[in-house]
Amino acid sequence: MTDPNGLIGPGRPAPDFALPATPDGRRTGVREYRGRPVVLAFYPADWSPVCGDQMALYQAAMPEFDQYRAAVLGISVDSLWSHRAFAEDQGVGFPLLADFEPKGEVARAYGAYTRSGEAARALVVVDPDGAVAWSQLYPPEVNPGADGILDALERMRASGEVRVG
Amino acid sequence: MTTPLQVTARLRTPVTGSDHVRGAADAPVTIVEYGDFQCHYCGAAYPNLTELLRQREGTVRLVYRYFPIANVHPYAESAAEAAEAAGVRGRFWEMHDWLYEHQDQLDPVHLSLGVEQLGMPPDDIDAEVERHAHADRVRRDFVGGIRSGVNGTPTLFVNDARHDGGYALPDLLAAVDAAADT
Repeated sequence: MTDPNGLIGPGRPAPDFALPATPDGRRTGVREYRGRPVVLAFYPADWSPVCGDQMALYQAAMPEFDQYRAAVLGISVDSLWSHRAFAEDQGVGFPLLADFEPKGEVARAYGAYTRSGEAARALVVVDPDGAVAWSQLYPPEVNPGADGILDALERMRASGEVRVG
Repeated sequence: MTTPLQVTARLRTPVTGSDHVRGAADAPVTIVEYGDFQCHYCGAAYPNLTELLRQREGTVRLVYRYFPIANVHPYAESAAEAAEAAGVRGRFWEMHDWLYEHQDQLDPVHLSLGVEQLGMPPDDIDAEVERHAHADRVRRDFVGGIRSGVNGTPTLFVNDARHDGGYALPDLLAAVDAAADT
């Protein structure tokens, strides 16, 4: 971790936050899911084709995440209204959080903010005790898929941190 | 951990006798396609894959696995289950081709007409789709894909390595020729 702006690494406590999750103002953060693994999927923007595929893919893969009782949260700097239209278009049922004001604050806290003013494409898996178990940064144009996440969850299960739901 | 990583995903579920395979069994190159019958990118890749098999006959074989992204494509799951219903009757590839050639007609009524057109019993197949008789098989393909790093549709694995290039015929020919040479 020589780069002070690098993505948060395993073993570090996951910074808590309270980001708007729905247009009615409900907020959510990692602490709310204590006792379960949490998957944080930072992505650059709603509506760019590769992102759409990534969030739609995670929705389709939800039964697999459910096996580990994992919560999945998408995070970008888009507003809640953009998120809502995007989620409807892609059939996404898990929360897409608006890291909108102050812009990118949570992405910065996780070391997943870029100079272009968007979240990086980064995956962070948080264990049930609130510590980062695995994290990975990806090129913005690459849909990372779900295999890295599922491998991290599987390692957690093998080490006894997560019971199978 | 701080620099972006270009991950080359690898196929983790080997090709078995229960897979749908087209082309020579002893071909040195195997393409495993994870596809969604309602996905237009898959539809665009379909004629190119067909032409690829023709131009590289004996060199490459194609394995098709189901990867319906149902939240975006409402008919993808039923189309996959209908293809599997045809598959248990030994008619998988005919149904596969029909589906990709009629991507805007995947609703239940047209699907049923397609089944009939192919000379299969529409009522039996409708009933199997209705009661999700083949859903487990479709799900098994999907899960194997997810674990292998499928990140959208179509995703191709060329001799087990994920093909991150394009799906135009020249791209596919180059990928197969490169794999055949190694």
